[in-house]
Formats: sequence, C-alpha cells, structure tokens
Amino acid sequence: MTTETVLEALHTVKDPEIPTISLVDMGIITGVEVRSDHHVKVTMTPTFVGCPAIDVMRRDAEAAVRGLGIEHVEVEVNYDQPWNTNRLTEQGRAALLKHGLAPPEPYDEAVELQLEVLNNTACPYCGSHNTTLKSPFGPTLCRSLHYCHNCLQAFEGFKPV
Amino acid sequence: MNKDAVKNLILRMADDELILAHRHSEWTGMGPILEEDIAFSSIAQDKLGHAQALYQILHDDFGMPAPDNEAFGRSESDFVCSQFVELPNGEYDFSLVRHYLFDAAEYLRYGMLSTSSYEPLAKLSRKVYGELKYHLFHAQTWIVQLGAEGTEESKARMQSALNEAWPYALGMFESTEDDAALSADGVFPGEAALQHAWMEMVSDTVAKAGLSLPQNAEAVLGGRKGYHTEHLKPLLEEMTEVYRIDPAAEW
Repeated sequence: MTTETVLEALHTVKDPEIPTISLVDMGIITGVEVRSDHHVKVTMTPTFVGCPAIDVMRRDAEAAVRGLGIEHVEVEVNYDQPWNTNRLTEQGRAALLKHGLAPPEPYDEAVELQLEVLNNTACPYCGSHNTTLKSPFGPTLCRSLHYCHNCLQAFEGFKPV
Repeated sequence: MNKDAVKNLILRMADDELILAHRHSEWTGMGPILEEDIAFSSIAQDKLGHAQALYQILHDDFGMPAPDNEAFGRSESDFVCSQFVELPNGEYDFSLVRHYLFDAAEYLRYGMLSTSSYEPLAKLSRKVYGELKYHLFHAQTWIVQLGAEGTEESKARMQSALNEAWPYALGMFESTEDDAALSADGVFPGEAALQHAWMEMVSDTVAKAGLSLPQNAEAVLGGRKGYHTEHLKPLLEEMTEVYRIDPAAEW
C-alpha cells in the first residue's frame, strides 16, 4: 500500500455540497500516513469550522480507504494545517468553475487578505471583472453572492479565506 | 500554565458564541431582505461551529462533558456568557449593532489568541480569525451604509440602537480573576487589553458611520459570574427542548 494509492481512492470522494470537486482537490486532506498494509491514517481539516458537511466527508473518506481492503482506517479532523483557499488545486479551481462557482484567486499569505477583492470577482459565466459583491454570505458557508454587469447574471463565488 | 484559567476563558468564549448563534438563528426566515436573512443564518452557523470547537477542546483537554452535553445540559447559572449576547434580537437595527460590536471584539480576541501559548486554542484561533473577517466586513458595511450613507431615519435608529447596546457591550470585557494568570502565562493579554484595542477599532467605524459613541456609560456586569438577564432562561428552554426530551436523539 502506498500514499499515492490512498490519495487516488480519496480522489473519488466528492464534496457533498459541490459534487464536482474531490476532497483532495479541495485541499482538505492534510495528511496520509500508511503505517502498514492494514493500517492507514488520514488527516483532514474543514473548510469552515462550522461546516456541516465535514462528518459526511469524514465517513466517505474512511469508506473509500476501507474499499482498498485496509482493515484499520483512522480519520482525524484537526486544525494543525488550517485550510485556506490557496490549498485548492488547479483541478479544484476548474471543478468549481464547472459547478458555476467563481474560484477564489490565490493570494500571498504573507500579506493579510483584504476582502475588497470580492468587489471585482471574475464572473464564472463570461469572465468579466465588471461585477459587484451582493453579499459576503451565500447558500453555504463557503460561498458569496455577486452580480455580473456584463452578462447581467447573478452568480456565486467561493470565498477567499 | 494555570489550566483552570484557560478552561474558564474558553468556556466564556464558547458560551458567548453559542448564545449569540442562537439569537442570530432567530433571523432565519425573518430577515428584512433575503441577503440579510442568509447572512445572519450563515453567521449563526459559523458561530455554532466555533462554540462546538471550543467545547471540544474543553472535552478533549480538560475532561469536561462532550459538546452537546455542555451546550444543552447546563442550567442558566452555569452559563458564563456576557449579558450582551442573551438580549432579545429586538429590531434589525439592534441586532446589527450588536453583531458589529460583538464581532469587532471577536475579531480582535481571536487575533490575539492566534499567538497564544496554549497551542490548541492558538491553532483554532488562526482558523476562526479568517472566518471572523467576513463577519466584521458584513457588519461594518451595514453600519456605515445605514449610518453616514443612510437616511435620517436609518441613522437615528442606528444611533439609538448603539446607545442601547453600549453598556451591555462594555460588559463583554468584564474582568475576572483569571486575567492576571492568562496574561502572565502568555495565553491571552486579558480583557482590559482587548477592550482597549476594541475601543480604537469601534471609535473609528462609528465615526465613519457618522454616529457618536455614548458617553459616561457604565458596563453591565455579572454574566461572567453566572448572573443573567431574564432573557436567558426562555432562550435555553427553547434551545434545549429536543435534548431534554431525548438526550441521545439524532437530529
């Protein structure tokens, strides 16, 4: 058993709220430790502390690894490596876009993130930056609401954190 | 490290989060506009998550009951939330002003705790800080919009809500006998230091909103010692109704 095989299995597990993106591409898998052919430990961290989907994702991750024939699967959720949107992979950003969500732009973590960037989020439908933030809160904790003045459509963004 | 002082600090923070989360959730389906309905509901969900994570630390590291039992199994006098968070929502203006004054304090508190010597709290705080940025951003935007950028009526209502909320807001920083130990151990600089930073931040936004800070107000204290307003008991009765019927219920 290798770490790569376990990650491949975790790639098949999708976020229940955004079914186009895998847990790996979301960046919420923070560690995979193959202790033996029978014992694997996976570490995860939630996107938002109050994310109600974390328990489902934890169960799904455990089932996926167990599906490889591993008897002893431990899944730990902790904040040792806190999630932020820079942890999204390129594939992850593409998956969000495919789901109609504007992906968050990567940012420099050495500089405190300014939420004013939300005022010109690129529209996921036409790519225009001529957009307005309608609300920093949307249908799930990780989404914001925007309006595009170019294609005249409301859209949702994945919040940069 | 004085572990009792750390435990008490976390419990005060968790109780504040839990009770205000419940108040915010009362706006679900009732918000003045859809976006605000969603915002207050989302903030409630975030805060409930923060409360749960804090109760989890108390459970894991201090042997206290599991988060659900801690949240739903205690009586009124066991709660150490500030009286500010238990006040009824009132009109939207009061809820918004409370949301602002509370989240400005939270944002600064978790910022300070990000470098705490008590590592479990420092790790959680670094995460929560990024989320609180959104709470503060939301509140600040509306305070200015309904204040300096609003109508005469909206501005008057914001001022009156601020006057009403202020003495209770000051009560958030009620000093406790834990403060000296927390500060000496590098866990948390203390309520007085937090209040000082908060006052600077709030004065700035209140001025931007064209409002004035209430003068000579006296802090309403007691919440941190288990003394509460008449509003906490009915809130707890509603919040714990399912748990009291069946503590093991899945819902």
